[in-house]
Amino acid sequence: MSNDTHNPNLRESATFDRSTMAEIRRAAETGIYDIRGFGAKRKLPHFDDLLFLGASMSRYPLEGYRETCNTSVTLGDRFAKKPIKLDIPVTIAGMSFGALSANAKEALGRGASMAGTSTTTGDGGMTPEERGQSKKLVYQYLPSRYGMNPDDLRKADAIEIVLGQGAKPGGGGMLLGQKITDRVAQMRNLPKGIDQRSACRHPDWTGPDDLAIKILELREITDWQVPIYIKVGATRTYYDVKLAVKAGADVIVVDGMQGGTAATQDVFIEHVGIPTLAAIPQAVQALQEMGMHRKVQLIVSGGIRNGADVAKCMALGADAVAIGTAALVALGCNDPKWDDEFKKIGSAAGYYDDYQEGKDPAGISTQDPELMKRLDPVDAGRRLANYLRVLTLEAQTLARACGKNDLRNLEPEDLVALTVESAAMARVPLAGTTWVPGQKF
Amino acid sequence: MNTFDLSTNTVTELNHALHAQKDKMTQAEWVVTNPKGSHNLAVGLDSELAVDIHGHAGYFCAGMNKTASITVHGNVGQGVAENMMSGVVRVKGDASQAAGATAHGGMLIVEGNAGARCGISMKGVDIVVKGNVGHMSCFMGQSGSLVVCGDAGEALGDSLYEVHIYVKGEVKSLGADCVQKEMREEHIAELTALLAKAGVEEDPASFKRYGSARELYTFKVDNASAY
Repeated sequence: MSNDTHNPNLRESATFDRSTMAEIRRAAETGIYDIRGFGAKRKLPHFDDLLFLGASMSRYPLEGYRETCNTSVTLGDRFAKKPIKLDIPVTIAGMSFGALSANAKEALGRGASMAGTSTTTGDGGMTPEERGQSKKLVYQYLPSRYGMNPDDLRKADAIEIVLGQGAKPGGGGMLLGQKITDRVAQMRNLPKGIDQRSACRHPDWTGPDDLAIKILELREITDWQVPIYIKVGATRTYYDVKLAVKAGADVIVVDGMQGGTAATQDVFIEHVGIPTLAAIPQAVQALQEMGMHRKVQLIVSGGIRNGADVAKCMALGADAVAIGTAALVALGCNDPKWDDEFKKIGSAAGYYDDYQEGKDPAGISTQDPELMKRLDPVDAGRRLANYLRVLTLEAQTLARACGKNDLRNLEPEDLVALTVESAAMARVPLAGTTWVPGQKF
Repeated sequence: MNTFDLSTNTVTELNHALHAQKDKMTQAEWVVTNPKGSHNLAVGLDSELAVDIHGHAGYFCAGMNKTASITVHGNVGQGVAENMMSGVVRVKGDASQAAGATAHGGMLIVEGNAGARCGISMKGVDIVVKGNVGHMSCFMGQSGSLVVCGDAGEALGDSLYEVHIYVKGEVKSLGADCVQKEMREEHIAELTALLAKAGVEEDPASFKRYGSARELYTFKVDNASAY
């Protein structure tokens, strides 16, 4: 591999590239692993490796501006008295107050509500700002149980039991001392300023048989009113989904390895889990084999950026998607207008991932009161709502082109793959062929 | 007093009837018969009820309790009084693992023994165990007090935050960052009050106190071997 210097005789090692060597020097200097936020940065098979087969002779399309294409979805109608009804199939993933500022949480609630969808709490409890601005709020039930209480549980529109997340399946949360302010410490019942490590597994149950009882407990406490989701990081997705359904989940959330985090070890983010693309067919197969596809809804997250990604997830069998990183970018995360400020802290707009340090110039992943003021929750909420509408319009455009009057009518048959890897993972044919790697004919 | 027979009614009907007391209190005292190890008994209560369960209870009995007083005249399964906010839960027999897990307030009294991880991630509850507690008890305990009148198993108080632990008997081993601490007058006073509130007759002076060394509160390279 050549580098970008002027001397063509200089050749950079593909194995020991500059980034790799920089990390070796950093490790040698500090003696501790690198902790950062964001999601996997390595190149992975992703939705860009799939294409839609638009209608022509063998299929007929729908008119873009005249014929409707439904985007609404109902989640959790298996057992709950009050399932969640969303106008669009794009939800906001769980992100904690603590990791994010109160203004950012409020903005997420505002944007989601304007667009007719739900937002989700995180590892730190429910804030009044978020509940107040979120018409539909999913309350996460995490191993740490920070801020967990029955009053907030009953205020929630759904409960999401978190077993893991795509950025760090098998790992717990992490919130370093810089962000444990008085308010965060009070909500989590922790000393101010410590490096907080959340548990990686739930304290009062182990395994799917126990989980079935835990789900019933939550249903009893909430009088069977609200749906119960189970969120897993994508690893052994086929088996995890089967066990989650058997345990009684109303909705399954599968988070691929491109999913973001507020803070964890870099080695965890880059080397644990499977790509979102590979996880969806596993989850759908599990649901179909149990006769539960569309009865237990599937939400997919991890690296979703545009309406094409949304449509491809749904074509592969998801009922809805969740976005986290993209939602933060819509609010203003990594915005180039703060580039000078990013440079002052050794980063650059578009590269910033040290969410754990609490110095985010954009005022999103911080608890610094002065930095927080930079994010206007009303304006940021409006940007998020706009972005969500664009995602929906784009997904509708693709669905109509495939002749579908409902996003959930998209199907794998509408897709082809550009690479052998993505064809094998997504279980759709390589473009121009009938070949699906790994499948017999 | 209202008697609720679980041989002829469901757990959901029991919980629904108890929850309804929050809107309009019609009966403050309840007796539950024939629990036969059922799970999720008397969970999510939010009013000043007195509930007596005659028999053994399964998992998560009295989970997320607020203000109610719940007594189990038998043994309880995993996660009794998990995430309790306030009130009193008394177990006349033994408790399985994770008793009082993540509980934020109130008092849990186990008159027998408690299994592994008693008080795991506790967040303000006071737990008094007349017998022994199992391994990893008070793991990641954040605040509140754990009183053990018998012995404690391996790795007591591992990764402890600010819980006050008092043990009368032997401690098989301490977990990471948990150390024995001086028993000062204020601790004797605190323990005396806890024992009195729990109705347990023990000499506070015969207990030892354990707490966090606070060495692992921030990441330090020198502590890597402790993780």
